[in-house]
Amino acid sequence: MSSREATMNGPDWDPSQPIVSIRDVYKSFGELEVLRGVSFEVMKGEVVCIIGPSGSGKSTLIRCVNALNSIDSGSIRVEGQEVHDPDLDKLELRRKVGMVFQQYNLFPHKTAIENVMMAPVLVLKEPKGEVEARARALIRKVRLEGKEDSFPGELSGGQQQRVAIARSLAMRPDIMLFDEITAALDPETVKEVLVTIRELAEEGMTCILVTHEMGFARELANHIYFTDRGVIVEHGPPATFFTEAKDPRTREFLSQIL
Amino acid sequence: MRARIPGVDAAARSDLAVLLPSRARDRAPGRPGDLAFSRWLGSTAPWRLVLVVALVAAWPFAAAAQSGFTMGHAFEALWRWLPFLVTKGFAMNVVISFLTMAIGTAGGVVLGLWQVSPSAAARRVAWALTQAFRNSPWLVLLFIVMLTFPFQVEVGSTVIFIPDWTKAVFGLSLPVMANLSEVVRGAVQSVPTGQWEAAESLAFSRRQILWRIVLPQCFKRMVPPWMNWYAILTMATPLVSLLGVEELVTLSRQAMEAEDNHPELLVPFFGFALVIFFAYCYPIARWTIALERRFAVKL
Ligand SMILES: Nc1ncnc2c1ncn2[C@@H]1O[C@H](COP(=O)(O)OP(=O)(O)O)[C@@H](O)[C@H]1O
Ligand SMILES: [Mg+2]
Repeated sequence: MSSREATMNGPDWDPSQPIVSIRDVYKSFGELEVLRGVSFEVMKGEVVCIIGPSGSGKSTLIRCVNALNSIDSGSIRVEGQEVHDPDLDKLELRRKVGMVFQQYNLFPHKTAIENVMMAPVLVLKEPKGEVEARARALIRKVRLEGKEDSFPGELSGGQQQRVAIARSLAMRPDIMLFDEITAALDPETVKEVLVTIRELAEEGMTCILVTHEMGFARELANHIYFTDRGVIVEHGPPATFFTEAKDPRTREFLSQIL
Repeated sequence: MRARIPGVDAAARSDLAVLLPSRARDRAPGRPGDLAFSRWLGSTAPWRLVLVVALVAAWPFAAAAQSGFTMGHAFEALWRWLPFLVTKGFAMNVVISFLTMAIGTAGGVVLGLWQVSPSAAARRVAWALTQAFRNSPWLVLLFIVMLTFPFQVEVGSTVIFIPDWTKAVFGLSLPVMANLSEVVRGAVQSVPTGQWEAAESLAFSRRQILWRIVLPQCFKRMVPPWMNWYAILTMATPLVSLLGVEELVTLSRQAMEAEDNHPELLVPFFGFALVIFFAYCYPIARWTIALERRFAVKL
């Protein structure tokens, strides 16, 4: 298999190879087996949606991609670099992989623009003036012009989530992970956030989303994975996934959510 | 639930939790339940103290009538000694409290951060030290330090004397350090783990997360319990008189001795000690409670 080569190459990853390659991943929390042999690949520029009932291990899976969780066995490669490697430079990996959470997790003691600027200034050690210009552009991009100096507590959920997206983008990641980022929002504000994600996807950002927004998945995803109890039960492009689901678990889930 | 952020989202292993299972979270240091002392002191109306002193003062008047030395004489004596008691006595209590607080704070911050260290060994050592000094009587710690530390150290040919009061400062700073260690640990753990995860996913190092993200958020939460411990410490400084360190209580006793130990002296002299400690600590307690309330609204 050609991905063996990618292991050897490590940092000299060839963009025709999968940008994220997950193979046979197992993960337990104590007695609880959360991931039981998950495998899939994501190509550069693809949008992949992961759906499935709550507790099926979706969050755990994408948190393994940026090493927020460790895995017990298997392999996760990001741009050819093995994440499941004790000598891995986690900080190097996380510069390439942005992540947005359901609960936004903005830094409450910093303004919107400071939230966006913090990581590039402190982690990448980039000059402040340059970062500020970029941060302002990002805040415009997520349609929050005028909110630069607001604190997170003064923003609505949807606005906070868009600041969180801008904050991740400020690191210029190659891959973005989104973990049910609209699940805590009012139906009206969900749209504002999805517009931002759509633009990102259209610009060619590689996105892995855990989501329950089926309309969004159908329209934008290149591939949909349905997980249940730590395994991928069924997957396919949206054109066939929604209409030709074979597994009863998938059908039941879809009937509940659609 | 296994700890995701080593040291930070681990459950608190405090001795108190055993005694107070249902309210353990409220009682965690840095939380409102911790300010019991300030609340008690701050809720005392100042006039009550005056009343107590007046009542106690009224009692020996009958006895005083027989001897030649009246309460009037006793208060006169206090008046004469007052400047000395304040400048040489109470000032010393304040100096001891400042220095102890400085050392205790420095030690407490280090120990508290060790308690949330990613290294399990550091966590265990810090936890053991914290519990040991937090659960020992202050007086016993003072005695141990006073009696085991040398009176003097020889550096080459020069002999440096270690004055008793510096040893007292060190002895008092041990329990203060341990209690502030718990304040720091509680405050760090009160910041949601989502903050750590967001910062980690932005490639912040652990040190950066602690100093740039977590501590700035919980600094305010630490101020009221820190002030609470300062007031408790100040109230405890007369303990050092038992070890002969010259502070307000020691000097009051010496002054009474110089005035021939008339029993009438007790009330004015110790009453004065009460009043001056109250006058010093009461505003601190009120301020602590006010700050607590303000931060509670904001955060
Ligand atoms: N840090 C953890 N420690 C212990 N159990 C966990 C931890 N994180 C998740 N779990 C458990 O793993 C299972 C899968 O969780 P999760 O990946 O969050 O599912 P999903 O995102 O699909 O709802 C759940 O049963 C959850 O309780
Ligand atoms: Mg989840």
